[in-house]
Amino acid sequence: MDDAIALRGLVVDRGGRRVLDGIDAAVPRGSVTGLLGPSGSGKTTLMRAVVGVQVITAGTVTVLGAPAGSSQLRHRVGYLTQAPSVYADLTVRENARYFAALHGRGRAEADRAVTDVGLAAAAGQLVGTLSGGQRSRASLACALVGEPELIVLDEPTVGQDPVLRADLWSRFHALAATGTTLLVSSHVMDEAARCDRLLLIREGRLIADDTPDGIRSTTGVDDLDEAFLRLIRASEAGRAGEAS
Amino acid sequence: MNPRILSSTVVRILRQLRHDRRTVALLVVVPTVLLTLVYYMYADQPTPPGQPATFDRIALVMLGFFPFIIMFLVTSIAMLRERTTGTLERLLTTPLGKTDLLFGYGIAFGLAGAVQATVASAVAYWIFDLDTAGSAGLVIMIAVLNAVLAVALGLLCSAFARTEFQAVQFMPVVVAPQLLLCGLFVPRDEMAGWLQVISDLLPLSYAVEALQEVGAHAEPTGTMWRDAAVVAGAAVLALVLAAATLRRRSG
Repeated sequence: MDDAIALRGLVVDRGGRRVLDGIDAAVPRGSVTGLLGPSGSGKTTLMRAVVGVQVITAGTVTVLGAPAGSSQLRHRVGYLTQAPSVYADLTVRENARYFAALHGRGRAEADRAVTDVGLAAAAGQLVGTLSGGQRSRASLACALVGEPELIVLDEPTVGQDPVLRADLWSRFHALAATGTTLLVSSHVMDEAARCDRLLLIREGRLIADDTPDGIRSTTGVDDLDEAFLRLIRASEAGRAGEAS
Repeated sequence: MNPRILSSTVVRILRQLRHDRRTVALLVVVPTVLLTLVYYMYADQPTPPGQPATFDRIALVMLGFFPFIIMFLVTSIAMLRERTTGTLERLLTTPLGKTDLLFGYGIAFGLAGAVQATVASAVAYWIFDLDTAGSAGLVIMIAVLNAVLAVALGLLCSAFARTEFQAVQFMPVVVAPQLLLCGLFVPRDEMAGWLQVISDLLPLSYAVEALQEVGAHAEPTGTMWRDAAVVAGAAVLALVLAAATLRRRSG
């Protein structure tokens, strides 16, 4: 089993609307895979399905060889929600230590996770008093602290300054180099180039599943933004063709 | 349930409380202020012959009310916050079990209720000369059971609230009928039959009866232990139902 995540015919309906419409995709182990698409395209829903908190309508989601959400995976998967889900009335360090304890890790690991996201200086500060970017890094520390095999990050770099964003991406690659799998969503196309593989979704459908270079050569353009635009146009033309 | 996860959850909830000093102050001070009001309300009222002094009768039951009302509110809001900030969803992707979380709240806020009940009882006994035939320790024990019951009901009700407005509205729905029918305002055996039936179904009625037993008897009575067991059983039942309504997956 080489894939960390395998999606087969994944369909999800939320509030009477089809949010994911038959996704087939695989995420290889030990890589950074970018999940890209505009806001509302279904990125968060797909990630929720992978961590096993989303009710799915049809299809299968296999994570690290087990069905998504099964209890053995809870030790092995880390999840960063899009809105920072940490306790605002605890300090950064207290948050990290709590999530560390849930994963059977100690204070040293918690403090290291806080340092890794560049919050060592703010470790004793209440999360509620932090800036938006710091708060989201505090949340990231809590996702990394359990040293999971698969890390699912929903827009981890929103609101971060460019230097920190570069730091975080190099940390993601360092983790991947040790065999960790990362699924990272973003709606910023310049981050796409930093990924090993890309999944592009739009309106609940997968339009591309390739490496950045693969996408460049398929579309014949160097700029990923432009490449995505061509892929979207091509898929729309294809669907229009199906319909007529 | 996992002891390590349960205990870190208890510590985490108590830390959150500790950072909120104003809430801690309110938890401790408000019961004392209300007891003072009740004391002076009844200070000049004649005691009906053959009955305990009115302040003794009311203050004893109030010592059971405070943790019940306040812990219900605190828990409903705390749990709703876990839902709306996404921490609950995140917790449910970790090795934490649902019972670790629910019993964590039960224990943490039960401890907070114990502190509150101890301070309020100390004030009632030492400053306002509350007189009960039974021991103050039993009064505190029943107050703590009430706190745990309130936490359990708060956790259960929070599953049905989507917003803070709804959560707060559960307080009159869940708490007020129990206060009205518990036997403080009208003795339970003087109520209409159908009201007695409802009163018999509400756990707070048993807590109040247990407190009245402590007030009237020097030694703990069988009725008191039975009532305490009913309150504890109701708390466990509500926690189990709360666990059943907590879903790892949502739509």
